[in-house]
Amino acid sequence: MSKELWKGNEALAEAAIRAGAEAFFGYPITPQSELLEYMSRRMPELGRVFLQAESEIGAINMVYGAASAGVRVMTSSSSPGISLMQEGLSYIAGSEVPVVLVDIMRGGPGLGNIQPSQGDYNQMVKSAGHGDFHSIVLAPSTLQEAIDLIYDSFELAFRYRTIVVILGDGSLGQMMEPVEMPPFKEWPNERPDWALRGAKGRPPNLITSLYLGAEKLEALNLRLQEKLARIKAHEQRHATFMAEDAETLIVAFGTVGRIATSAVRQARAEGMKVGLFRPITLWPWPEEALDALLETGRIKNILVVEMNAGQMLEDVERIVARRVPVRFYGRMGGAIPLPDDILPILREMQGRPAGEMAATEPVLA
Amino acid sequence: MAIATLSTEKPPIEAMEVVYKRPESLAEVQTHYCPGCTHGIIHRLVAEVIDELGVREKTIGVAPVGCAVFAYQYFNVDGCEAAHGRAPAMATGLKRVMPDRIIFTYQGDGDLASIGGNEIMHAAARGENITVIFVNNANYGMTGGQMAPTTLPGMVTTSSPYGRDVKTQGYPVHITEMLAIMPGVAYASRNSMHSVAEIRKTKKAIRKAFEAQIKGLGLGIVEILSSCPTNWRMDPFESLEFIRDHMVPVFPLGEYKVHDELKRRK
Repeated sequence: MSKELWKGNEALAEAAIRAGAEAFFGYPITPQSELLEYMSRRMPELGRVFLQAESEIGAINMVYGAASAGVRVMTSSSSPGISLMQEGLSYIAGSEVPVVLVDIMRGGPGLGNIQPSQGDYNQMVKSAGHGDFHSIVLAPSTLQEAIDLIYDSFELAFRYRTIVVILGDGSLGQMMEPVEMPPFKEWPNERPDWALRGAKGRPPNLITSLYLGAEKLEALNLRLQEKLARIKAHEQRHATFMAEDAETLIVAFGTVGRIATSAVRQARAEGMKVGLFRPITLWPWPEEALDALLETGRIKNILVVEMNAGQMLEDVERIVARRVPVRFYGRMGGAIPLPDDILPILREMQGRPAGEMAATEPVLA
Repeated sequence: MAIATLSTEKPPIEAMEVVYKRPESLAEVQTHYCPGCTHGIIHRLVAEVIDELGVREKTIGVAPVGCAVFAYQYFNVDGCEAAHGRAPAMATGLKRVMPDRIIFTYQGDGDLASIGGNEIMHAAARGENITVIFVNNANYGMTGGQMAPTTLPGMVTTSSPYGRDVKTQGYPVHITEMLAIMPGVAYASRNSMHSVAEIRKTKKAIRKAFEAQIKGLGLGIVEILSSCPTNWRMDPFESLEFIRDHMVPVFPLGEYKVHDELKRRK
């Protein structure tokens, strides 16, 4: 198959459709609106369900309803909209229905702006709502990776009866890249036995997150924790770039992971032994792989780069557990860290003169 | 003196005519509702209508947050439990992916008229083919009798201890009237549970609200004035009188919207 030029948000929509999305409920918000717009054209063409909801709260609860019917359903939004969806996401997690969610992050807090950001790391990776649960969070760094990840997201969501999040940022949603679109997936007609389809010839099915007795609710939580442990054991994914002999390791995800690849290339050109570790699953975080790299004893120090104030940094520090020094460089409010911002820090970490600092001072270093 | 011998023998049970039984759509469990509360009767009316329309096996109920939070346990149909006020959105999701199924929500006044105001308004505006059973007892029953948007002016609740002052706490919300003017609404009626005659009318209204869905005419809503003896601090009989004497004047009964297709019924 040949490559075609696609815009991020539209490519995600088409890939989700080819992955088997049967229904989409959403609400417009920049910078993800093209995804919703594309769905509004394409889903009716294919006889599938599209509905623009009255709010993100409405959208996520429509998703909750459709998911309860055992249907492959998804929504997409951006940071402030995701905040509004948190109530519904918690109910969905407690009810264990499969849902795919795309978050095209923008700057915050509050209304913030519509520039790219990674400020939703905490709200997606740590807790997308009240109670003890995690979603599977996938962080693509290119459009092709985004397509490939969303293409398998319904399998993941149904296998574990969980929420699967595609966590991108405004630049991923808005950029255009040549990509290869996968073929339409075939799905069997039957629905899961837990689905609400009408109690014909069987006792009624029930989808709920309500367990009034402490013992019952604890039992649900223990089951959820057991499931999370299984996900943790089987679904950690990451990528590395020139990490084999690296002494200084950059850890970055998504768009920043891609920028860091350029920084690594430039650092290598200067003779520095720098590599990249890029988590693809942010939950479960690929800690075993990072741990294994540290265990080689080659890594002397780590630089975490993010488009936030260090939300993933906390996870990296927990895994590194003071074995090597960890530094941080972050930009916020829609500012994007560039290789020229990162290089002086790498030189310092390699014991060289930092040289000319970039035009923009690091916000946090 | 001859002693009359009365026959105590009854015909065998299978020879007796069944004139009253538990509807198949009503689960055989005890409800948690307070004595004198009319939720239980409303459940029965809904179950009877589902039975009579022969749609039990393709019906899915959406329960609210509030007194009816366990409604899904009381109906012998597939069910789910929505977040507070979001039942119309959840029902929308279910109906859109299964247009041939019958979806109903069962909501209280705090759930539907307050926190869920946006969801019900837009489900109605879209003309979602769902049936909404809206039970109005003028307070938040489950959480201990706080003021609801439907609380009557001057009414004392646990969060309006001086009586609802309309100057600072606003006026009762008239959901059925608001929904009736929307083109997407096929049936809108306000009924009451305060007498046998009104209960019979309520059942007819519930039936029409389900028929509207079966015929694909749009959203059907039945607002039902219901008693809350526990939080009103009244006995069950006083509660029914309170509905008749105090609630009905504020929330007038009757059909506010009847789609032409529903009128043609004999």
